[in-house]
Amino acid sequence: MVEEPPLIEAKDIYVGYKTYRGVMKVLNGVSFYINEGEKIGFIGEAGGGKTTLMKTILRILPPNATNVRGQVIYRGKLDLMRISEKEMKRIRRRGLSMIFQDPTSALNPVFKVGEQLMDIIKYSRLEEGIKLSKGELKEEALRLLEEVKLPDPQRVFDSYPFQLSGGMRQRVVIAMALVSARELLIADEPTTNLDVTIQDQILRLINEIVEKRKLSVILISHALGAVRKMTNRTYVLYAGDIVETAESNELFTNPLHPYTKALLEAAPKLTGEGIGKGIPGRIPDYVNPPSGCRFHPRCEYARERCKREKPPLVEVKKGHWVACWLYVKR
Amino acid sequence: MASAFSRYIIKRSAYTLFSLFGLSVLVFVLARVLPGDPARIVAGPQAPEEVVERIRQQLNLDKPIPVQYILWLKSVFHGDLGYSIYTRHSVTLDVIKYLPNSLELIIVAAIIQVVGAIILGVASGWWAYRWPDNIVRAFAYIGISVPAFVWAIILQLVFGWWLGWFPVQGMFSEGVTPPPRITGFHLLDSLITGNFVAFKDELWHIFLPALALALGPMAQDARIIRAGMVDNAGKDFIALAKSHGLPDRLIMFKYLFKPSVIPAVTVMGMDIAALLGNAFLVEIIYNWPGFSAYGIAAMLRKDLNAIVAVVLVIGVIYAVANIIVDILVAYLDPRIRYLERGE
Ligand SMILES: Nc1ncnc2c1ncn2[C@@H]1O[C@H](COP(=O)(O)OP(=O)(O)OP(=O)(O)O)[C@@H](O)[C@H]1O
Ligand code: SF4
Ligand SMILES: [Mg+2]
Repeated sequence: MVEEPPLIEAKDIYVGYKTYRGVMKVLNGVSFYINEGEKIGFIGEAGGGKTTLMKTILRILPPNATNVRGQVIYRGKLDLMRISEKEMKRIRRRGLSMIFQDPTSALNPVFKVGEQLMDIIKYSRLEEGIKLSKGELKEEALRLLEEVKLPDPQRVFDSYPFQLSGGMRQRVVIAMALVSARELLIADEPTTNLDVTIQDQILRLINEIVEKRKLSVILISHALGAVRKMTNRTYVLYAGDIVETAESNELFTNPLHPYTKALLEAAPKLTGEGIGKGIPGRIPDYVNPPSGCRFHPRCEYARERCKREKPPLVEVKKGHWVACWLYVKR
Repeated sequence: MASAFSRYIIKRSAYTLFSLFGLSVLVFVLARVLPGDPARIVAGPQAPEEVVERIRQQLNLDKPIPVQYILWLKSVFHGDLGYSIYTRHSVTLDVIKYLPNSLELIIVAAIIQVVGAIILGVASGWWAYRWPDNIVRAFAYIGISVPAFVWAIILQLVFGWWLGWFPVQGMFSEGVTPPPRITGFHLLDSLITGNFVAFKDELWHIFLPALALALGPMAQDARIIRAGMVDNAGKDFIALAKSHGLPDRLIMFKYLFKPSVIPAVTVMGMDIAALLGNAFLVEIIYNWPGFSAYGIAAMLRKDLNAIVAVVLVIGVIYAVANIIVDILVAYLDPRIRYLERGE
């Protein structure tokens, strides 16, 4: 059997942000891949660079992003970082989609939901050579709003985002993502900004859609239980570095990296509610990031070498990779 | 929900009336307590004291100020702003005669200002920190720091005297017959009567003073639009629009432009209202037969009724601009339209 190339393979991604204090060096050489039909997860504290990584893949970084380097190989042939904007637009319209972290800021505040959704549908369908009339666009929009189980699609269609609840807004964002999700759905913390009571519903909805459409998924979440349940493989991102990756079950039962261990310990247990005790210290300042292993200022095992050299990601067990000097045999 | 908005507009209008009333009291009193005796000015420096006294009585200036004010207010309600002690004309008629000339200048300036600000602001914001933006920012910096009358002189020198592209002053060229007075707005009157020669000729005359007036506020408004564009360009709703592969021009002129221009609308409206104040010197430089020359003459001559009328007219224009801006902002921004402000 010929091995299929991954759907997306990101290699050695660097991204910075220009700020008035200097350049924040956020992504620090990140590599990952996702195969067709696979579901992978990303976990890590707030500010670790998860959203930045996803925006890099889709090439939708904000204007102050800088020093963007690396490769994003699509199906083993196209480098999404290098193709023309026109080609990139086609790929976005046809295959890749993202559910944004905060549905409030992800919807344009001064246009009605229906209008925003119709524009998205219009250009996605145009890409397939189908020109829909206004009426057909509206029909399709209402159908999508129904698919994400919004109770009164017509009302939502005619509403401005601020007239909807957080959960409804997130469903709208999901409906938008559905327009062009044929291959990959990126769900960037789809429930973090929502009421606890509806978090489950939204996750279930995403799961349902993904199963129905046989999509590949990247799930980013602080809900570690959900990531474990819904994904095959998980990456741990800390301060712009992948520090560990393995099959999800393995990773959650047998974390190796000191950061992952702390992260899992800090997380509220599956039954418990609220926020865990947190990891002592905080994500470093990206303008002057720590030398060597970026985790060393917070790591209780840090040694001299950790401050000097960045640890490579090495395969410690089959399929279980860790970037930590503790696991580098010498 | 929409009625909440009409209530809001009604309330705003009531406030406006109230502040216009306050303004009228203020100018009325100020004009009377500041040094200079209008009766003496009318009578002339040589006139004997009895004559001055008689004039004073004629003008009601011998009565206490509150009484004067009430008498004045009564006539205002009859559409009469009183007589100019200098021209002996009805101030109302003077206003009707001179104001349209100024309004015409201001409207053309406002169009240049708004269109220019939008083009520059959008280009600058879309290509932030690249060359179009650098040029616009340099221009904006100069535009804001140079006052309108200095622009007026520079433009007049360069494009009027040196290059000769535009007339140096006046409203119509010699030999061009101005249109008959219908609305008082000559551009409009020329169009109505099909007098395109006069129309073009006036446009040609109005361009430099209007541009001089427009440059400063255009620069300021462009900066605000740019700031909004840059700020919003980094927001997730733009990332989302891009993530769906929407065309750049749709993002630029629709999804990015609209939220970015809303905060600028208020400032633009106030800038337009302020044009009337700035027009004073520009009209004099271009010998434009407008309201400003009239206003300045009134101040110098302590022509009481004329001063009060000039200030009130400016106040009314500000107030009207304010209300228009409110309605426009509400039209553009659903969050304001649907949520009652204030309370
Ligand atoms: N446009 C920007 N300009 C400057 N800094 C930014 C910008 N966007 C993100 N950052 C910073 O980059 C770092 C990484 O942000 P990112 O949003 O990628 O993290 P994240 O892992 O998604 O966090 P979260 O869990 O909060 O979503 C953070 O320190 C954030 O403040
Ligand atoms: S490399 Fe060093 S500092 Fe980094 S996690 Fe491992 S032990 Fe800690
Ligand atoms: Mg994020």
